[in-house]
Amino acid sequence: MVPLSHYLALGAIMFVIGVAGVLMRRNAIIILMSIELMLNAVNITFVGFARQLGDLTGQVFAIFVITVAAAEAAVGLAILIALNRDRTILNVDEVNLLKW
Amino acid sequence: MPQEYLPILILLALATGFAVVNLGVSFFFGCRRPTAEKDTAYECGIVPETNARGRFSVKFFLVAMLFIVFDVETIFLFPWAVVFRELGGFGLAAMTPFMLLLIASLIYEWKRGALEWD
Amino acid sequence: MELPFFYLFSVGIIGASILMVTRANVIHAALLLVLTFFFLSGVYVLAGAEFLAVVQILLYAGGIMVLYLFSIMLMSVDVAVRLRQFHRQTIFAMATAVLLALEIWMVLSRGTSYPAFKSFGWGIGATPGNVEALGSVLYTQFLFPFEVASVLLLAAMIGAIVLAKRTIDR
Repeated sequence: MVPLSHYLALGAIMFVIGVAGVLMRRNAIIILMSIELMLNAVNITFVGFARQLGDLTGQVFAIFVITVAAAEAAVGLAILIALNRDRTILNVDEVNLLKW
Repeated sequence: MPQEYLPILILLALATGFAVVNLGVSFFFGCRRPTAEKDTAYECGIVPETNARGRFSVKFFLVAMLFIVFDVETIFLFPWAVVFRELGGFGLAAMTPFMLLLIASLIYEWKRGALEWD
Repeated sequence: MELPFFYLFSVGIIGASILMVTRANVIHAALLLVLTFFFLSGVYVLAGAEFLAVVQILLYAGGIMVLYLFSIMLMSVDVAVRLRQFHRQTIFAMATAVLLALEIWMVLSRGTSYPAFKSFGWGIGATPGNVEALGSVLYTQFLFPFEVASVLLLAAMIGAIVLAKRTIDR
């Protein structure tokens, strides 16, 4: 029997790793993958609570989170491809046309 | 509940062990005399023309996206099919708009000419 | 009995994800993310979310990561490996991550009263199983979010096609 606190701790650690990845990497694809990591950390928390409460709502929400992740990946990668084709950019700190 | 997953665990252990043992044995006991000819990529006997690291066409991305649409559709169809009898006509009415909207994105991609491969 | 496996999967998840955010080669990072998802589906099985475990492999490792790998192949990876990998703000990023970790740890350790454990109580062959129970909730109680999800997907697909198609036409 795994206690709820373990699921929460695992989710928290994964989320922090994702945040660190988003903030310190320059490569745009790895930043997107770190966002996937954060979404999955949330899913662990949902599933852990679903187990603890004996309620399926958490699992249903996790399915919706995965669906949203699919949409996010499609649009995010399309934006990256458009950027990459126009100016062959892969690093986020080179996308600075809107910066004042 | 997790006891039922013992066969999957055994399968995973066997698969990992097979890969590790085979690669490890050939790594430690195999003899390596590399030549330029041996180091080329193996392409079923055909001489490779370009580097495999070249850029692929964006059309592959559109096909992969179509795959995502149908993948999500499968995910939602699966539990629906399991409880289809209990839901009855209501289940059919619930699934129809979902399917129509997902098929609309397929039709859009088709009409937009994203599936043309010239 | 479940606890050792949970620790095994957790070590796998944390190790693979730390490796993932530090790799220079994007393809290695993507494959490490797939490994993370496999360990994660193990955790889902332990938590009694069997359908989610399958979805994790089918949709995440099999669908979304394929999309990632395809778009990695569209870009020039070998150029990206040789560039500077970490942002100038890395020190601050690490500090923020540590602060966030401390914050979450404080919240979690203060929470003394977790809700009482209630079992689902399904096994293989038992009715209703996990998929059946999910289906009976998903298409009745969560019908509206389910339909909205399809609208979201339609919008996302149209947006992605417009962006990618414009890239082709140019």
